[in-house]
Order: sequence, then structure tokens, then C-alpha cells
Amino acid sequence: MEAAVFIVSAVIVLSGAFGVLLARNPVHAALFLVQSVFGVAVLFLLLDATFLAAVQVIVYAGAIVILFLFVIMLLGVDRVENLDVEPIAGQRPLAVVIGAGILGTTLSALLVAVGGPTGAPAANSPLGDAGDNTRRLGEALFTDHVFAVELTALLLTVAVVGAVVLVRRLAGPLQPLPVVAAASEPEDEPEDTEEAPDEEAGV
Amino acid sequence: MEVTVAWYLTLGAVLFTLGAVGLLVRRNPLVMFMCVELMLNAVNLTFVSLGDDLGDLGGQVSVFFVLVVAAAEVVVGLGIIVAIMRRRAGATADDLSVLRG
Repeated sequence: MEAAVFIVSAVIVLSGAFGVLLARNPVHAALFLVQSVFGVAVLFLLLDATFLAAVQVIVYAGAIVILFLFVIMLLGVDRVENLDVEPIAGQRPLAVVIGAGILGTTLSALLVAVGGPTGAPAANSPLGDAGDNTRRLGEALFTDHVFAVELTALLLTVAVVGAVVLVRRLAGPLQPLPVVAAASEPEDEPEDTEEAPDEEAGV
Repeated sequence: MEVTVAWYLTLGAVLFTLGAVGLLVRRNPLVMFMCVELMLNAVNLTFVSLGDDLGDLGGQVSVFFVLVVAAAEVVVGLGIIVAIMRRRAGATADDLSVLRG
């Protein structure tokens, strides 16, 4: 039973990842990302990490992917990307070689070299049983790791302020990026026409 | 059939590899960002499965912090992408070579 759940969620996770990789449309890639994230949440449930499974769905599917979709719609970049052109010669074979290298090294480091993971059983923060997961996690976070929790609060505040500053419209016209001659399809670049309304809207 | 920790570690390694290859292959900065999220998910899965295997809560605590940092990273990263795309609609990662000094 556990093996069946694992195999089904692994297929969901990996097919979602392949979807992100191969989708021509960014909106489809975002939806495939949701699929992959949901599969990981099921695996968290299988590992008795109930709190993290819920947080995974809320934060990733509920917040991060929605943010991606907002940006896609806001910018109107949901045009289909032509995946047939290879921008740099030999980029894809090289990427596959690097991927094979990453896979080989991580797998051998994790599984072969040490014959499976080793380590001493936990002394000061035992896992406990599944029904206790959320309470134990909260206790660990607000006793042993309370300083780190405070730091993440600061980090989130800085991120929010930074995002507001980054997307703020400044007074005066926007400087368009200079055009790079190579490796850009000319048909989907309306250069000057789009900037005009922005300049009027600048406060 | 017993699901051992090696199954989870293998899945995490494959997922991480897919995210890394996607980051190297794709040109749309938004899709590249999604591939980074895939890699973060793979690491989270590895953390939780090893924590489960060793009976340690530390793995789940680490995943909690990874989630928070991932949320902050996405907010700032998307802010940068919006700032770039406003100046040049349909910019790809290659166009950012104009940033070189």
C-alpha cells in the first residue's frame, strides 16, 4: 500500500517536473509546477510530516504559483516560446551531460558510497509519532530555533519592502534595455510602442 | 514491498537534476525560476525523508526555513523580473548580457 502511494506520487512529481521543463507556454509550466508540488505534499504525508504537507500546499500552490501566474498575466508574457531554436550552439547536449553528472554524483554520494545514509539517532529533538507532529515542530521552532524564526520575520519584511521598491514606477520615462543583436527573434519585440503609456502613468 | 529512505533519496536526486537541466536549457526567466522551485522541492523531500529515517525533527525544521526563504526569494526575484520586463517586453535571459560592464 505504501509502495503504491509512493510510486503514484513519484510519477506525478516527475511528470510535473518534465512538464515544467518542456511546456512551451509559461502558464502551462506553472500548472505543471502545481502538479509536482502536490505530489511532494503527498510524499510528506507519507513520511508523517503532516504540518509541512499542509504548508507545502498553502505556500507553494496557494502563494508562489499564484504569484507566478499574476506576473505572467501582468506582463502578458504568456506567448508560446519556440523551443526548437537552440540559443547557444551545444547548450542542450551540454545541459544533459551536466544533468547526468549531477544525478550520478548525488546518487552515488547518497546511496552507493556510504551504503545508504548513516548517522546517530536524534538525541535532543526526536521525531515522535505522527499525530504529535505539529506540536513538536512548533515547540522546536519556538524554543531551540526561536532566534532563526525572528530572523525569518525580518527577512520577510525586507523582501516585501524590496519588492515594493523594485516594481515602483519612477518619475520620468523608462529607459528601454538596449537590444542584443544575436539570439532574439525579431517578430515578438514591439520596441517603442509599448513604453508610451507607461511614461504617462509615471507619478 | 517496503519503501526505504533510498527510494525518497533517489526521487529527490532525479527531481533536483530535472530542475537543474531546466534551469540550464530554458530561456524564459519565469520558467527558469520555476525550475529553481523544483530544485528546492527536491531538497525539501531529501530533508524530510532523512529526518524520518534518523528519527530527527531537525529535517522538518530545516524545510520550514527553506520554505520561508523560498517565498522571500520568489517575491524579490519576480520583482526584478517585472522591473526588467517593463523596460523590454519578452526579454529572455540572454538579453541580460547587456548588464555586463
